[in-house]
Amino acid sequence: MSTTKKSNEIIATNVSKTFGAGPYAKEVIKDCSFTIESGKLTVMIGPSGCGKSSLIQLIAGFDQPTSGSITIGGRPIDGPGKDRLVLFQESALFPWMTTWDNVMYGPRARGEDADASATQAEFLLKKVGLEAFRDKYPAQLSGGMQRRAELARAMINKPEVMILDEPFRGLDHMSKELMWEYYAALYEEDRNTNFFVTTDIDEAIFLADRLLIMTNLPTSTRSVIEIDIPRPRNIEDMADNERANDIKTEVMTLLHEEAMKSFSGGSKAAADFLDAYSKRAG
Amino acid sequence: MNINKVLSKFSARATFRGVIAIVIFVAIWEFGARSLDLIGWRVPFIGLIPPPSSVLTSWSNLIVEPSYWQSWYMSFLRVFTGFIVAMIVGIPLGLYMAINRTFYGIAFPSFEILRPIPPLAWVPASIIFWPTQEMSIAFVTFLGAFYTIVINVLGGARSINRQYLQAAQSMGASQWDIFRRIVLPATLPSIVVGSAVGMGITWEVVVAAEMISGGGSGGGASGGLGFFIWSSYVGGSYEQIIVGMISIGIAGYISSELLRKLGGRFTPWLKTR
Repeated sequence: MSTTKKSNEIIATNVSKTFGAGPYAKEVIKDCSFTIESGKLTVMIGPSGCGKSSLIQLIAGFDQPTSGSITIGGRPIDGPGKDRLVLFQESALFPWMTTWDNVMYGPRARGEDADASATQAEFLLKKVGLEAFRDKYPAQLSGGMQRRAELARAMINKPEVMILDEPFRGLDHMSKELMWEYYAALYEEDRNTNFFVTTDIDEAIFLADRLLIMTNLPTSTRSVIEIDIPRPRNIEDMADNERANDIKTEVMTLLHEEAMKSFSGGSKAAADFLDAYSKRAG
Repeated sequence: MNINKVLSKFSARATFRGVIAIVIFVAIWEFGARSLDLIGWRVPFIGLIPPPSSVLTSWSNLIVEPSYWQSWYMSFLRVFTGFIVAMIVGIPLGLYMAINRTFYGIAFPSFEILRPIPPLAWVPASIIFWPTQEMSIAFVTFLGAFYTIVINVLGGARSINRQYLQAAQSMGASQWDIFRRIVLPATLPSIVVGSAVGMGITWEVVVAAEMISGGGSGGGASGGLGFFIWSSYVGGSYEQIIVGMISIGIAGYISSELLRKLGGRFTPWLKTR
């Protein structure tokens, strides 16, 4: 799969996003800049509810930023496109289609060659260990199986950029680790540009080439760490890896600071309110 | 396997209970209806109606009469005509209101004003503006199913998980493909539910419409089950009234069972839960 890849680097420059208007306006993303490098697995980690999902909506083109710009391969993003594929937090497998039909949805929708797509679908289903479940409906699969089916459904489209929004959230720890290995293997297969959002530090360090650490609301980039641990990585080794542990400590410190800000942020709003209230009373 | 055994045992027990309940019900009815002869005083309500044994006798006489089956046929014909037309008009209308904001803005307010008008309130008006009695009954029956189907389809199509649409969109699906393979199947369960509810209302409406309109132009045999009950009442045959009522119960049950089977075939993924 080593065809010459054109650059599909995603660059976000001073992106802001505000929801609502007037006194109800809520700034979710503020002056946020970062780069998702071509052919790398970039993981974004930040406190939960910090606006990461809103950022994904912007990159996917489902929504537009209030100000700033996001470009892919130099072109501005002005809507959803098949060059960017999103894997959502909750399963978005179509309940009325079997695993097979779900995986084949993309190629069929674009009218691609049926035989070639079927071969590819078989390969991917084997890769995620679901070849025995191809004729089952999503409701008959476990949570982990559903996520794997969804990975296969996304991968078959060979997206230039794959965007994953906390895809393994809500799985138990064992299935989660299994999913990391499945996913990392799929990524290493063709090394396309991947953008993975999570709140799980272990997940982030195990998967990432580059790690973007985000601030609390309104979100912006706090810092970037290159994770230079060689691939393929292995879960047991990561536990003893000194470099991994150093990074973990560093990330935890940063995230802890951001989490603290969110608490004091809450009390600041309360303080402002009391302040305004006392002024009006006086 | 094991669970299936337990389930089948359970359902066997449920069937058994159902049968017992019906037997006890019929026994109480028989006793109550004959109470004047048996214990010398009339049990209230049940004492006034004919006992199941004479209903059964009357029924066995009717079974060989073609005119009785003609009533069944006429009611079924009206129900299914009204119902099928309601599906043909209602499903596209509901879907189109769901996917097109402009059309929704135009059509929904009028629809919501017309919807609370009971189909039976349309009987006089429809007798005036439809050329034949038959058409006015069919029209009123149609209205019975129409609103329910539209409201269910609209609700179902509007509550589709946005992520299904976004997923399809980002995989490069065209608008038509999204409609055909996402919106339509996602709405199917609501269509099935709307149809089942609509079918029930259709039976209620057709019987009342037949009673009011005197059962179509031919009268008598072409009157349908509603008119059958009404003419039995006018003719003073109380056994036949009950035969008519039970017939409608059975006819309604057959219709909804048919619909359930058909609906299940269209939505195989729901059976897997």
